[in-house]
Amino acid sequence: MSRTSLPERGGIARTAAYLGLLMLVAPLLLFFSGGPAEALTLCVPKADETACIAGTMGSRAEPISGVDVILTKPDGTTETQTTAEDGRFAFEVTEAGDYLVGVDPDTLPKGSELRPPSEASLRGPDGSIKVDNVQLGKSYGPTLAVRAKGFSTSTSKWDEFLQSSVNGIRLGLLLALASVGLSLIYGTTGLSNFAHAEQVTLGGMVGYGLVNLLGWNLWIGGLGVMIICGFTGWFQDRVLWQPLRRRGLGLTQMMIVTIGLSLAMQYSFQFFAGADTKRVVVEQATVRTFGPITITDRSLAAMAISAVFLALVGFALLRTRVGRATRAVSDNPALAQASGIDTDKVIRLVWTVAMALAGLSGLLYALVVNGIKWDTGLQILLLLFAAVTLGGLGTAFGALVGALIIGLVVELSPLVIPGDFKYAAALLILILLLLVRPQGLLGRAQRVG
Amino acid sequence: MSETTTARGLADPAARRELMSSVAAEPGSPKPDSILKVDNIVRNFGGIIAVDVDHLEVQRGIITALIGPNGAGKTTFFNLITGFDRPTSAGSGAHWSFDGATLDRTSASRVAKSGMVRTFQLTKALSRMTVMANMMLGAQNQAGENLAKCLFKPFWGAQEKEVEAKAIELLERFKLLEKRDDYAGSLSGGQRKLLEMARALMSDPKMIMLDEPMAGVNPALTQSLLGHIQSLRDEGMTVLFVEHDMHVVRHISDWVVVMAEGRIVAEGPADTVMSNQAVIDAYLGAHHDTDLGDDALLTDATLEQLEKEVAEEDAQREEEREAEEESRS
Amino acid sequence: MDDIQAILRNMMQVAVDPTTAAVAIAVIGLNIHFGYTGLLNIGQSAFMLLGAYGMAISITQGWPLVVAVIVGLAIAFVFALVLGVPTLKLRGDYLAIVTISAAEIVRYVGRSVGYERLFNLTGGAQGIAGSKYRSPFSNLSFFGSGNTTLLEFNYTDVANGATWVRLVGWVLVVGLIWTAIRIARGKIALESVTRTVALVVLILLTALLTFFLVPVNQQDTGVDGWWFTVVTWVLVGISLLIVVGLTRSPWGRALKGVREDEDAMRSLGKNVFAIKMQALVIGGLFGAIGGMMYVLPGSVQPDAMGRNITFFCYTALLLGGAATIWGPVLGSLIFFVGRIGIIGIANTYLSSDKYINIMNGQQTSQFAFILVGVALMLLVIFRPQGILGDKRELRFNV
Repeated sequence: MSRTSLPERGGIARTAAYLGLLMLVAPLLLFFSGGPAEALTLCVPKADETACIAGTMGSRAEPISGVDVILTKPDGTTETQTTAEDGRFAFEVTEAGDYLVGVDPDTLPKGSELRPPSEASLRGPDGSIKVDNVQLGKSYGPTLAVRAKGFSTSTSKWDEFLQSSVNGIRLGLLLALASVGLSLIYGTTGLSNFAHAEQVTLGGMVGYGLVNLLGWNLWIGGLGVMIICGFTGWFQDRVLWQPLRRRGLGLTQMMIVTIGLSLAMQYSFQFFAGADTKRVVVEQATVRTFGPITITDRSLAAMAISAVFLALVGFALLRTRVGRATRAVSDNPALAQASGIDTDKVIRLVWTVAMALAGLSGLLYALVVNGIKWDTGLQILLLLFAAVTLGGLGTAFGALVGALIIGLVVELSPLVIPGDFKYAAALLILILLLLVRPQGLLGRAQRVG
Repeated sequence: MSETTTARGLADPAARRELMSSVAAEPGSPKPDSILKVDNIVRNFGGIIAVDVDHLEVQRGIITALIGPNGAGKTTFFNLITGFDRPTSAGSGAHWSFDGATLDRTSASRVAKSGMVRTFQLTKALSRMTVMANMMLGAQNQAGENLAKCLFKPFWGAQEKEVEAKAIELLERFKLLEKRDDYAGSLSGGQRKLLEMARALMSDPKMIMLDEPMAGVNPALTQSLLGHIQSLRDEGMTVLFVEHDMHVVRHISDWVVVMAEGRIVAEGPADTVMSNQAVIDAYLGAHHDTDLGDDALLTDATLEQLEKEVAEEDAQREEEREAEEESRS
Repeated sequence: MDDIQAILRNMMQVAVDPTTAAVAIAVIGLNIHFGYTGLLNIGQSAFMLLGAYGMAISITQGWPLVVAVIVGLAIAFVFALVLGVPTLKLRGDYLAIVTISAAEIVRYVGRSVGYERLFNLTGGAQGIAGSKYRSPFSNLSFFGSGNTTLLEFNYTDVANGATWVRLVGWVLVVGLIWTAIRIARGKIALESVTRTVALVVLILLTALLTFFLVPVNQQDTGVDGWWFTVVTWVLVGISLLIVVGLTRSPWGRALKGVREDEDAMRSLGKNVFAIKMQALVIGGLFGAIGGMMYVLPGSVQPDAMGRNITFFCYTALLLGGAATIWGPVLGSLIFFVGRIGIIGIANTYLSSDKYINIMNGQQTSQFAFILVGVALMLLVIFRPQGILGDKRELRFNV
C-alpha cells in the first residue's frame, strides 16, 4: 500500500538531470552573450565618484531626437546635450546635490512643449524639472515628456483620456495574451505559476536574439519566438511539472518551485544579457495620428496580432475537441480523466500553448515599449496575477476581461493620481474586488465543505 | 437537565421502543422531546436542487439514522445544519434550531461549541500531528488557546492535565492508546474514523453527527464502531448518523429517516421503513442482494479471523515503513 | 590558502552581520505564518518595510526610540488586520496573491514622489538615510568606542597559523554542527532539558571555534559594529524563546491544526478565522522587528525590501526547515553566508585571470542568485523538510 507513495528513484534522478539543463534556460540565451556589447547605457555611475542623470526625450515608444537638453548644476553652471535618434540623453556628474533638467524650447518639435511633471515637488523654475538630492553612485531618470502647445485643460483632459484608453487597451491586450495561459495553467493544474512573467521576458529576449542579433525578419522571428517559447513550455512540463505532479508534490510546494524558477530565470537573463534594455528592432516606428490619439504602427500591429491570437484561443476553447477537453479538465480533472480524457496530454498542451502565448506577449511588449529588460516580466507579474484573479481564477475568458480592466486602470489612473501610483491602483482594485466578489468577475461561487 | 433523566431510561431498548411507538411513522412527524428541529431548508447547486427538507425533528437520546442512496443529499444536509454550507433559502424561511437555540446564522465553529459535533465522510485527521495532539484539540474552552495567556503555563497547565487525562481515557476506550505518539496520518482508515469520533467526544457534545462512519472501514472495525455508537447512546448522547446501506444500521438505529433526491421520503422504526413500499422502490430495490451488513458476516469466529488479519496487516505495514525509513536515512 | 581565508573572512563577516540576524527574525515570523499555520504570506517584506518606515519616520520626527518602535509595530499590526480581513476566509492562494500585491503597493507608495507631504516623510525611492534615525539606537550602546576582535586568541596564535591548525579546526566545526543537527532532529535521543542544554552548548562551542578560525574585527559601537550585532542576535534569541513558548502551548497546537485542516478545526468548535488572524499578526510583528533591525545599520530603501527579500526568506525557511524552532536561524545563516561564499568563490576562481575567467564582477553576484533560485527548487523537490524538519511528516501530503 504505502509502496505506491514512494517516489520513483529513476524519475528523480532524471528530473535532477533535466533540471540542471533547464536552468541554463538558456542554451538559447548563450548566443546573446557572444553578441557585440552595445553602448546603450551611455552613463554608468561609479560608487563615490559619479552619478548619472539620464533618460529619454519624449517616451521610449516615441523618442524625440535633436532636442537640446540643459542640465543646471548645483553651482549654477549648465551643460547641454542634443538627443540622438533614440531620444536619449545622459549626463555624468561628479557632485552630489540638487540639479535641474530643462530643454531648449526652440529645439522641440513645432507646436509642442515640455509637459510639467504632475508632482508639484518636481517642478523647477522656467518649466524645468527638479532632480533633488543627487547622490554619487546612483542613476536618476527625470521624465521629459512633451505635449501639444496651447494645451488647455478643458479639452486636453478628454484627449488625454482617449489617448490613455487606447494605451490601456493596448496594455490590456498584451497582458491578456500572457494571462490567458496563466489562467489555463491554474485551471488545469491548480498551480499559480510565479515564473510565468519570466516567460514573457524570455519571449522578448529570444526576439532580441533572433531579430536583432541574428538579423531575422521580424515576422519569421516572431514565429521563431513562439516555437522556442512553446518548446520551453513543453519541456518544462515534461521534465519538471509532470514528474512533480506524479510524485504528488503539494500545490504550495509546487508554487514555491515556480518562485525558485522565476528567481533563477531573472538572474539568468541578467547574467547572459546584462542589466540594460535590449531592443528587438532598432529603427523607430512610424507614428500615426487619429484625431487626438497618436499611436505607432507597431502598436497597432501588436494590438491586432494579440486580438487575433486571443480570438483563436477562444475559438479553440469553445469549438474544438481539444478545447472542450481542456475546459473539462479545468472543471473537474478526476471526472475528465474518468470520462476518457488524457489529462496529462491536455496539461502538456496547455503548458506549451501558454508559454508560446507568453513569449509572443513578451515580444510584442518589447516592440511596443521599445525594449526588453531582465526585469520586464518582474514588473508585470503582479498585473498578470491581478488580471487572472480579477477575472476569476482558472477561467480563460475571465483573464481576458481582467487583463483589459487592469490595462485600462494602469493607463487611466495617472489622470487622477500621481503616475507612480498606477500599479498600486491596479493592485488595490484587485484587493477591493476580492472583498466583495472573491470568485472574480466571471468565476463561479465555490462549493464549500 | 432533562437530558440525564431521559438518558437513564433510554438505555433500555424496550423504553426506547415505547417512547418512539407513539410517533407517527411519516416524514416530518413531531417527536416527544426533539433536540434538533429543521424547517424549510433548500440548497441549490447551479439549478439542481440538492436538498429540500420541509420539516424534520430529531428525538433526544436515541440513535437516528439518516439513510438514502448516493446523491440523496445527506452530506449536503449535514453541511447545512452544521454551518459548513448556507442554504439557498437562508433569509427566506429557512430555520433550524438545536436544543432550543436558533442556528440560522451560526458559524460552523459555533455550532460545534453549542454541543452539536460532527465528523466527516472523508476523515479529517490532522495528519502531521500526533494522535494525542488531535485529541487535545477536541477539548473546548481551553485557556491555553487564548493568545494572551498561552505564554504563561500557570494559566493553562492544570487544565491541560485534565484534558490529557480525558484524552487518555477516550483513547483507551477506542483502543488507540498505543498509537498516542504516532502521527495521525499513519493510521489506517478505520482507526482514523475512530480517532475522529473520539476527538469529537472530547468536547462532551450533546449530540454527535457521524457522516458515514462505516465507509471504508473493514467489517471487524465496523462491528466495534457500531458498539461504540450504541454505548454513546446508552450514556445519554443523541446520535444522528448518515449511512447509505440500510442493513448496516438496521440493528442499532432506533429511528430511521430516509432521504431521496433531496427530500425526506419516509421516517419510522427500521422495520417499518424497510417494509415501506416507497422506500423499497426509491432505494432498496437496486442493491438488495449485495449485503455487506448481513448479520451472518458478523459471527464471532469471522470477527476473530478478521481482527487477526488486520493486526497482521498493520504489523507488516509498520515493518515496511521502518525499512523504508532506514533506506532513506 | 590566503584566497580561502579571505573568502572565509567575508563569510564570517556576513554571519555576524546584524542584517543577517534581522532577516532571521523576519523568517521566524514567516515560520509562524507558513510553517506552523500554513498561511502563504508572500508579503513578509511589506511587514519589514512598514516596521522600518514606522520607526525611522517617527525618529526623524523627533519622537523617542521606544515610541518609534511601538509606532512601527502598530503599523504592522494594522497592516496585518487589513490584509487578513478580506483574505483569511478565502482559499490559501488568495492570501498569497493579496499579500504579494499589498507588499508591492507598500513599496510603490514608499518610493512615490507624487505627494509632497508623503515624499518628505519617506524620501521616495532614495528612502531615508540611516544617519537620520540611527543615533538614538547607537547612543544606547555601552560598548564604548574602539575596535574589538573576536577572538583575540585565534588560529594565528597556534603554530603560527599553520594550515593543519585550520584544517583540524574546520573538521571539528563540521563535526559539532553535525552532532547538533542530529540532536535537533531527534536522531540522538535526549530528554527535553538535556537536549536544549546540549544544543546550546554545542552551538556556543561551534561559534567560539569558528571565531577562533576566522577572527572578526569590528568597531564596538559604529555602524555594523558589535553593538548592532549583539543586540540583533539577542533579539533573535528572545524571538526564539517566544516562539518556543507559543508553539508548545495549546495555542500553537491550534495553529498546526489549522494548517492541517481548517474544516476539521471548525467541526471542533475552533474559531479558525481568529486563529489565522492572530498568527498573521504575530508573524507580521516579528517581520516588523526584523525590518527595523535590518535598516538600523543601513538605510530605509523601499526597493531593497521588495519581493526578493520575501523570496529569500522562503528559501532560508525551507532550507532550515519549516515548522521547526531553529530552522529559520540556521536557514538564514546558511543562506546569507552561503551566498557570500558562492560570490567569493566565483570572484576568486571564475572571474580572475589567475584561474578561470568566464564571468565579470557583476556576473558573479548574479551567478549566486541563479544558484539561490535553483537551490530553492531542488530543496522543495528533494528535501522539503529542510535540514531540521522531520521526515516522517512528509509521508502525508497535504
